[in-house]
Amino acid sequence: MTDQSSESRGTAPDPVIAARGLTRRYGATAVVDAIDFDIARGEVFGLLGPNGAGKTTTILMMLGLTENSSGEIRVLGFDPAREPLKVKRRVGYLPDAVGFYDQLTATENLAYTAKLMGLARAERARLIEAALLRVGLADVASKRVATFSRGMRQRLGLAEIIMKRAEIAILDEPTSGLDPQATLEFLGLIGELKAEGITVLLSSHMLDQVQRICDRVALFKAGRIVLMGAVPDLAVKVLGAGFVVEVEAEGPGIARRLALIPGVTQVETLAVDRFRMTAERDVRADAARAVVAVDGALRRLSVDEPSLEAIYARYFQTTSTGDIRHAA
Amino acid sequence: MRREGSPFQGLSTVFVKELADHISSIRMLMLEFLVVFTALAALYEAINSLRQTTAEDPFLLLRLFTIDRAPLPSFVAILGFLIPLMAIGLGFDAINGEHNRRTLSRILAQPIYRDALLLGKFLAALATIGISLAALWLLVIGLGLIFLGVPPGGEEIARSLVFLVVAICYAGVWLSLAMLLSTVFRSAATAALVSLGVWLFLTVLWPMLAPAVAQVIAPADPRYALLGLNDPVTAVWTQELLRLSPNDLFGEAMLAVLSPTTRTLGPVFLDQLRGAVMGAPLPFRESVMIAWPQTVGLIAGTIVLFAFGYVLFQRQEVRA
Ligand SMILES: Nc1ncnc2c1ncn2[C@@H]1O[C@H](COP(=O)(O)OP(=O)(O)OP(=O)(O)O)[C@@H](O)[C@H]1O
Ligand SMILES: [Mg+2]
Repeated sequence: MTDQSSESRGTAPDPVIAARGLTRRYGATAVVDAIDFDIARGEVFGLLGPNGAGKTTTILMMLGLTENSSGEIRVLGFDPAREPLKVKRRVGYLPDAVGFYDQLTATENLAYTAKLMGLARAERARLIEAALLRVGLADVASKRVATFSRGMRQRLGLAEIIMKRAEIAILDEPTSGLDPQATLEFLGLIGELKAEGITVLLSSHMLDQVQRICDRVALFKAGRIVLMGAVPDLAVKVLGAGFVVEVEAEGPGIARRLALIPGVTQVETLAVDRFRMTAERDVRADAARAVVAVDGALRRLSVDEPSLEAIYARYFQTTSTGDIRHAA
Repeated sequence: MRREGSPFQGLSTVFVKELADHISSIRMLMLEFLVVFTALAALYEAINSLRQTTAEDPFLLLRLFTIDRAPLPSFVAILGFLIPLMAIGLGFDAINGEHNRRTLSRILAQPIYRDALLLGKFLAALATIGISLAALWLLVIGLGLIFLGVPPGGEEIARSLVFLVVAICYAGVWLSLAMLLSTVFRSAATAALVSLGVWLFLTVLWPMLAPAVAQVIAPADPRYALLGLNDPVTAVWTQELLRLSPNDLFGEAMLAVLSPTTRTLGPVFLDQLRGAVMGAPLPFRESVMIAWPQTVGLIAGTIVLFAFGYVLFQRQEVRA
């Protein structure tokens, strides 16, 4: 995992996954409808959207497990439908509700996939041990998977990806069904993958988590990507502004001064000494400077980052027109 | 459009894993017990009756396979009945089991084609059955050696080995069927029930139905009945209809190979030949030639059913 990732970190961001007009139809209905996206190497990319929006279908097309009806998808430069082995050798996949062979131990389960990947015997043992250690399953390595909890299975699935030394990790709802502590740990593991230069693509319904770890997100709705980008950018687009900065300060003409800061769209005066600014970027530094410039006394400066939750809610609130969808 | 890489990449891995699963499974153990005990009962009866008849028989060992004494059928007949059960037992949850355990998408995300998974599972189950049958074969030879006290001749060994091969082909048909149904039905219980239904129909009902259907297709000429004979046309139809069942093909092939006096499997002579009193035994080669079409029929059935399962599996969605 060392030489591959260090090599990739040096190169300029190149798309490791690229979709153009990607479409998947079941019968007459397009479940994934002409979507375009590029995912750069080393990026953590989130797929969001209501149930049945087409996230899993998109993921399956990336792995060649479902064929696309039209359009194009390239993973690491290969077409997964035509050269699935090349793609699957370098991409790790954690399906939603991942399953293992219950009668086998954790090590045996990983050994099976390692053999399917064609890893040599000596390498296999070493990689499996290291991967189980990484995800914190080393002490239950020789226990049968039947005894594993949901969280342990999920981590075992991640261990498989680590063992595989995948360049891209595709995780479908990796934290669904995990308790808050397990979720936190799992997110930590995903963060480690990112730090190693592995591209991570994950789908999730847990917006705050997605916001915490994703560089960019794509919002799916009925098979289309309706929003895509970094969360702050989306906030500007959907909420009109990205940041809400509250300033508590005393001094003459502060409100006027704050309004002059570039990027600030609105300044509300909440009390004589309290102001709320809406801005496109984090303007705390400028606000502090503005207060100091008028000889004011700055008492508190706080920022509310735009929440994905708010964006999501706002988007589906304003655009939903009461259409019925059959969520799975 | 040519696919990249070999479709058999990972085949041996799947094979080894599935074989280990089968051999260590409780299910296989139970099937094994069932087969060994029924077979032993049949052999015991056969040995008893053979020890009483001291007549010279150049194929004493083969008689072990085919002799039947009421109420027990012969060893071969019992296998004809139990091999399908073993094959169904090993195949009915091959694919839907992976779906239901939710391992399918994870396994198929590894660099292998679906071909390797399906074929590996098929070969592993067939090998499991082959191993059991080989063990059973050794048991028969051993018991024959101990209780009948005659060392088997080369031709007897050869003929009994052909028995082994045909039995494996016969198992192949049922295994393909069970795996096909395990692809069609998402529930393992449904697949098992339907497989067993087909098995019961073909082994129990079809032998009764076939003559009736033949009567409808080619009604017997009443003049034959007056003479106390069967209308040959009706008899041929009955025979051909019966051959739609793998059991019948297996039975015929076994008759040809294990009863060396069998000269033909034609419908008219079949009954007269079963007693094996007339004529001299046929050479080994000729017996095999008589059994050949039936064996090919079994292999063809295996391939056709497997191909159906293959196409279905290739088109199937991986998600549960
Ligand atoms: N085999 C199929 N035949 C017909 N429609 C299907 C099939 N598989 C999936 N669909 C439809 O495709 C749509 C998208 O499903 P998909 O699983 O991609 O959604 P998702 O975004 O992953 O949803 P979730 O958040 O619930 O996992 C759903 O409306 C589903 O009904
Ligand atoms: Mg999904």
